[in-house]
Amino acid sequence: MAVLTRFLGDISLAEEAVQEAYATALARWPKAGIPPSPAGWIIATARNKALDRLRRESTRADRERAAQVLADQEESEEQEESEEHDVRDDHLRLIFTCCHPALASEAQLALTLRLLGGLTTDEIAHAFLVPVSTMAQRISRAKAKIRDAGIPYRVPEAAELPARLRAVLMVVYLIFNEGYSASSGDQLVRPDFCDEAVRLGRQLAELLPEESEVIGLLALMLLIDARRDARAAGGNFVKLADQDRDSWNQLHIEEGRYLLRICLERNRPGPYQLQAAINAVHCDARTSADTDWRQILMLYDQLMVIAPGPVVALNRAVVVAELEGADRALRLVDEIELPHYHLFHAVRADLLRRVGRSADAATEYQIAIEKCANKMERDFLVRQYRSLIRS
Amino acid sequence: MKRYLLSVCYPAESTQPSPEALKRIMSDVGAVRKEMQDAGVWLFSGGLHPSSSATVLRHQDGEIVITDGPFIESKEQIGGLTILRAPDLDAAIGWARKLARALTTPIEVRPFTEYGD
Repeated sequence: MAVLTRFLGDISLAEEAVQEAYATALARWPKAGIPPSPAGWIIATARNKALDRLRRESTRADRERAAQVLADQEESEEQEESEEHDVRDDHLRLIFTCCHPALASEAQLALTLRLLGGLTTDEIAHAFLVPVSTMAQRISRAKAKIRDAGIPYRVPEAAELPARLRAVLMVVYLIFNEGYSASSGDQLVRPDFCDEAVRLGRQLAELLPEESEVIGLLALMLLIDARRDARAAGGNFVKLADQDRDSWNQLHIEEGRYLLRICLERNRPGPYQLQAAINAVHCDARTSADTDWRQILMLYDQLMVIAPGPVVALNRAVVVAELEGADRALRLVDEIELPHYHLFHAVRADLLRRVGRSADAATEYQIAIEKCANKMERDFLVRQYRSLIRS
Repeated sequence: MKRYLLSVCYPAESTQPSPEALKRIMSDVGAVRKEMQDAGVWLFSGGLHPSSSATVLRHQDGEIVITDGPFIESKEQIGGLTILRAPDLDAAIGWARKLARALTTPIEVRPFTEYGD
């Protein structure tokens, strides 16, 4: 897809051509056998299909352009050795295009999932709980804007790279979060989103190995993803303290730790690396009681310096509760403004319960339950609420 | 090469900057225009009088009816525009960034349709 988009300069044309090429492959490969380089075969076939289409449908000016593309393509075929490298570069270009700041963030998410994640429009629409027609329109509008406004297929220049990379990392992390903690629906986790985000994270790390935040994001996702199954054990939401730590994915944890060590050696900390470090401390604890909360608090303090925000402050308050008591944490939470975030109310309810203000806690649980759109998380909050009013 | 329209947006009720501030803005904007011209990307630019100075022509039952403007009543007004040539949106954004710094107002970047190019 990425290679063809660069050749043809048009995402829709590239998509249709790839689909046609796959259809041809399905018809031909069972009889003729799989070619030595299947990906190369698909690219070459799709290229030819696209060119046929251009010739059929276009005006003379367009035909000349197509002929030029064909000429360029033949030139590039002489350098088949660099093909592999080109594919990787094309992926990088495409992800920067999908996450261009001139596109609305919801369009960035949808395009990245569609073009790099290979999810269907139906799947994306279902995940974001919008009608398929709405999602199809969102995607086609974004593609039209890329074409009409001339959003380039290019890795941004050095001066632009940090800001543009931040946008890309945010999109990947949003996809991951939507997978790990589905904002709505009956499922707690959407495994395909988690897997897709980790795959994109790996791709970015391979393409931009010198960027510590890219490595940090991959480490963060792996360390969190390690707890995915434990978090939803037996079809219920299980909070961190109560999870079966033996069922955490040790391979992910080992890889996350390894990546984090690379980051530490470079000593260029950033928000994703710090969050990864916090999760690594959790993974180090054999039991919840063994957690090194001091270390975690220190990391949150650093995070508050480089990336302050109400959600970080809320998470920090949870750590303060472990170290200095719920009373102290409650005072911190009361200074945070996050009225629409169900977890804010869930944390506050828990702290109120712990300081013995049961009536206030019950009210706060009710707000949290009302704000929570995910069924399994809501069920968990309802259980907490019921056990509170029973006691 | 594509062509882009860079529109200068400001709220209708926005007050004029002080004479000194205006002088500095005009000289900054002039410097950006000079840079565009030297780079060979500049096609046209100009500032506009307030929208109260506008006149609107409408086609109505085969007649052209002339009325006092503006065409669209809105809070945001186009205060000026620049048209430039750029290979892609990022290049156009690069110039718009300089213009936004000089003018301290929002800038809208919009591509022209390119028929028959």
